[in-house]
Amino acid sequence: MTSMQVVFLVFGAVILLGALMVVISRNLIHAALWLILALAGVAALLVMLEAGFLAVVQVAVYIGAIAILIIFAVMLTRRVMRDSGPQANRNWWVAALAAALVFAGLALLLVQTPGLGTASLPSMGTDTEALVEDLGSALVDVNRYVVPFEIASVLLLAALIGAIVVARPPQAGGGEESQS
Amino acid sequence: MIPLSWYLILSAGMFCLGLYGALARRNAIAILMGIELMLNAVILNVVAFWRYLNPADIAGQVFAVIIFAVAASEAAVGLALIISIYRRRATVVAEEIDMMKW
Repeated sequence: MTSMQVVFLVFGAVILLGALMVVISRNLIHAALWLILALAGVAALLVMLEAGFLAVVQVAVYIGAIAILIIFAVMLTRRVMRDSGPQANRNWWVAALAAALVFAGLALLLVQTPGLGTASLPSMGTDTEALVEDLGSALVDVNRYVVPFEIASVLLLAALIGAIVVARPPQAGGGEESQS
Repeated sequence: MIPLSWYLILSAGMFCLGLYGALARRNAIAILMGIELMLNAVILNVVAFWRYLNPADIAGQVFAVIIFAVAASEAAVGLALIISIYRRRATVVAEEIDMMKW
């Protein structure tokens, strides 16, 4: 067992522990903090996969933005479900069964598919800097991925405006909206 | 070196934990956290496939970037909806949000 495998197993254990605590933790703030731990583990694995740019994006977008947004939302709404009452609904065992079945199916598929046990990394061909440069130019190249990129931009803009409109307090709209 | 299947098994486990969280939790914010876990498992899966099978083609990383954008917009809109519902109904329990059921 090489040192890389040991590092992978440590980060994998951290990710699975964090993910497990996210779904079973009673306190939502604790769940959000465990979520940050799991996301940081994924960022470390992205570094091991030599996708450094994606690891930085993972830290900036997931840990920096989404996790903080979730913590804000928990704090704004936490009065109602402090720590009382069940945290899982009545059919939680069906959900656990479904998740276990999906995992068993995926594991069976992975075992049966040939070639997935390959441990040989193909060489990158270029260095990491050229790779990031290639990613940047591929996203704005007309012949490559400019359409998905622009659609993602429009989606982000729509989500931004939609979030502002939806989360606005009912009375703050002034006189122009008679509804609410 | 690390076999590709290790990454795939790990992301499958992470996906299934997120699936359980999304299906079983009562709090709407906890459901969103489960969905974030699932999306992150998918990103890990895509990047592992890109690195092991075709690192010359940048398409794998483009996929991951698009998934990041979708996850960010989903979190923003979802949390805005939850806060709006909390203002009107004073609840974030998914079972009690039944205005559109009949």
